[in-house]
Amino acid sequence: MISRSVSRVVMLTAFVVAFAMPAHAADHAVAQIKKAFTVPVLKAKVGDTVTFRNDDEFAHNVFSLSETQNFDLGSYKKGETRQLTLKNPGTIEVECAIHPEMKMKIEVSK
Amino acid sequence: MYRKSSALRLSLPQVLFVAFFVLGCAVVCATESDPWLRPAAAPAPADNAPTAARVKLGQMLFFDPRLSRKASMSCATCHNPALGWTDGLSTAVGFDMQILGRNTPTIVNTAFNSIQMWDGRKKDLEDQATGPISAGGEMNMPLPEMVARLQAIPGYARYFDDAYPGQGVSDVTVARAIASYERTVLSTESPFDRWRKGDVHAVSEDAKAGFELFQGKAKCAVCHSGFNFTDNGFHNIGIKTPEGHDYDVGRYAQKPIKSMRGAFKTPTLRDIGLTAPYMRNGCYKTLKEVVAHYNRGGDDQDNLDINIVPLGLSDGEQDQLVAFLQTLDGTPMQVTVPALPH
Repeated sequence: MISRSVSRVVMLTAFVVAFAMPAHAADHAVAQIKKAFTVPVLKAKVGDTVTFRNDDEFAHNVFSLSETQNFDLGSYKKGETRQLTLKNPGTIEVECAIHPEMKMKIEVSK
Repeated sequence: MYRKSSALRLSLPQVLFVAFFVLGCAVVCATESDPWLRPAAAPAPADNAPTAARVKLGQMLFFDPRLSRKASMSCATCHNPALGWTDGLSTAVGFDMQILGRNTPTIVNTAFNSIQMWDGRKKDLEDQATGPISAGGEMNMPLPEMVARLQAIPGYARYFDDAYPGQGVSDVTVARAIASYERTVLSTESPFDRWRKGDVHAVSEDAKAGFELFQGKAKCAVCHSGFNFTDNGFHNIGIKTPEGHDYDVGRYAQKPIKSMRGAFKTPTLRDIGLTAPYMRNGCYKTLKEVVAHYNRGGDDQDNLDINIVPLGLSDGEQDQLVAFLQTLDGTPMQVTVPALPH
């Protein structure tokens, strides 16, 4: 009798926790190859992450001065990654500070 | 029964013709696909396609000192074609002989740049052309005054009409004409180019070894890439600020991102032997000094670009790099200073 009650409580708790948590956030991979971002326009949701990977032989940088989200992930070498968590809905203009021709957009929805 | 073959038979002249044709095609294909060789034509915006009239007007304006407040200096004062389109000074001399903070960059091949000026504050040649004219420290000429002064010179009217029919004298047409002229200032064939096209005797063995170092151990091509030897990017290469001078933040003034503090645009290396002194503040008089700078991994380590590291080049290897760099000089363009309208 007691064990049945415990199992009901555990199941109920699991149910509540599962629905109380936000949907699983996605991680979007973007590489930097030949002085270009591999994804020109990325559609994502608030809470998602974007992982930038440098596949060039030289350093790259990732930053944005957008009103939606302002960040500077710094400069990093080949094979290294930097991760960004999307905090606000809107459009983020992403650039490489070292190579100003490298640009992409992230369209973030709620 | 024996039957004579109908296979194609060519005479000796025909064979030679085919052989030369195939060889010629191979050379053309190699030239067009070689990333180290300059394209034949410079790009231009659709709304300012180059014409002879635009280039002619632009050349006049480029050499006309009346575009400066005191009618004492023209674009060519600093971008002197006799000095590799620079001024031969460590840093430029501007309005009223004041010494400015940065070295005058050559305008050779600026047509190919995707961004202009040491700090990238101008996006293209049309945007850049009137910048130094109106800059207080340079030609110090407010653009409305410049337009009024040019409108008061009757001889200019027909040149503007020919170049930009119906548009008259304005800061826009002045900028477009100067940009059109600047697009004609291109590097000419250098020993390096001849070598890339197949002339094995065009450069020395040291220069060939230097080019290998340039692409490999010395890491120069990380930034000085492609036919114009620039990535159009911005790097802090560890130039020491001379005592008594203010620190120059460079690109950071345009893009306040940490890595841009002290970063400047990678300059072309075309005609590098003609454009001393070197670096954004002209701190080195010789290419040997420049190579030594990179070999020790820069001087000022504050916010240094992560691509800049000590290279471990021997004296001989540094000399080979210099030998290579010297092969990038073309024959300077022959420029006739134009008679100016009155």
